[in-house]
Amino acid sequence: MREIITNVATNKKPVWTKKDLLGLEYLSREEIELILHTAKSFKEVTTRQIKKVPALRGKTVVNLFYEPSTRTRTSFELAAKRLSADVINIATESSSIKKGETLIDTGRNIEALKIDIIVVRHNASGAPNILAKAVRSSVVNAGDGRHEHPTQALLDMFTLKEKLGNLEGRKVSIIGDIKHSRVCRSNIWGLTKLGVHVTVCAPELLIPEGIEKMGVSTTSNINEALDGADAINVLRMQFERDSALAFPSKGEYFREYGITEDRLKKCKKNIIVMHPGPINRGVEMSSEVADGTNSVILEQVTNGIAVRMAVLYLVATAKR
Amino acid sequence: MKEKAKILDKETIQKAVQRMAHEILERNKDKKNLVIIGIKYRGAFLAERLVKAIEKIEKTKLLIGALDITLYRDDLTEVAEQPIVHATEIGFDISGKTIILADDVLYTGRTIRCALDALIDFGRPAKIQLAVLVDRGHRELPIRADYVGKNLPTAQAEVVEVRLEESDGKDEVVICEK
Repeated sequence: MREIITNVATNKKPVWTKKDLLGLEYLSREEIELILHTAKSFKEVTTRQIKKVPALRGKTVVNLFYEPSTRTRTSFELAAKRLSADVINIATESSSIKKGETLIDTGRNIEALKIDIIVVRHNASGAPNILAKAVRSSVVNAGDGRHEHPTQALLDMFTLKEKLGNLEGRKVSIIGDIKHSRVCRSNIWGLTKLGVHVTVCAPELLIPEGIEKMGVSTTSNINEALDGADAINVLRMQFERDSALAFPSKGEYFREYGITEDRLKKCKKNIIVMHPGPINRGVEMSSEVADGTNSVILEQVTNGIAVRMAVLYLVATAKR
Repeated sequence: MKEKAKILDKETIQKAVQRMAHEILERNKDKKNLVIIGIKYRGAFLAERLVKAIEKIEKTKLLIGALDITLYRDDLTEVAEQPIVHATEIGFDISGKTIILADDVLYTGRTIRCALDALIDFGRPAKIQLAVLVDRGHRELPIRADYVGKNLPTAQAEVVEVRLEESDGKDEVVICEK
């Protein structure tokens, strides 16, 4: 409470001026911190008996999903509804996109419907950026190709901040399919901007070349990644897709990289275990770890709503 | 902004709070259900002071809360500056309670309208009464205060600044000219 007052007194009030949220690469540390601060206030709203505030009454949000998604879409839908916005869901399987409409045409049609915010998920990296340039509506990236998944990284950082306080100087290891993960990229952009030491850990073929340029350490040794870490973010191995090319056997992956209670015993006592979901139990981590006391996986889901409320609120009220 | 006149100082603010505390107790015999909720930020500090004053007079403990009304504003997308959202801190059930809603300045009445909407989303209080340190007039809604520290006729071009030690380092109320 006092902290904010000093900001008011010194007139250093952070403001949000961006129409869109396309990725954490494009945000300053101050902007990330403003989102996280705003999310904290919205988390309080989600604990009320009436979990709804009139902030975005009269605004319309469309969820435009070119890739299947349950948790992210539901989370955005709930966030918008708790802000009193109206929500429309467009899944591409059942729309004219199947008939060959381009992304920009779809965007312009949506805009013609007087939609205020477009939440978009697309399998092509950079698709939200193209859409954002084509329309006046706000665009929020809900995951694009291998590029970014900013709200997932923001909710990861929010959860970390709740547990650890200031993140400056903390050590976070990201373990799993680094190469194909947009969650990982967004986390790296965000965490390094907040002064976190990030280590990425994966089998060699799943570490993209040149990732050190993003300011992270790399290793293929799980013990190195766990040693001294305050938190680990365990990514999903997509054996149905890309990951399989680099590491064919689930059992072998679990033996080499799976997070087990035995491995956790050698870590910092209160190490935080995160996972963006959905979990492959017995592949990325054991059930005991997923359900254990170090796991904050379900808190991440809860926090996701507060973070997305903050993002929708900020882009909708941005001083452009 | 140029300061035109000092309306209240540390001593007169303290006296006003003291008098409001007495008036609140006089009007509300059932102290068991009396709670004070301040509107962030300066209203929350006024609430703290009212609670202290009441507890000193009556030797009873009062529940206190702080309300952030940003999300209920009717001008969210129009205001020149984007307001920062803060958390509301009400750690009790307000149903059946008599709420003293506290704020620093009563002006158009729109903030109070937001606060009433926000409070009612938390439950169904028995009564809500309004306490303000300064009532400067120029209401745009049919809202009035039950307890007023200082009635202050102003011109709309003037700005009333309430400064409290907790947020501004000193206690005073001044009129400024834009």
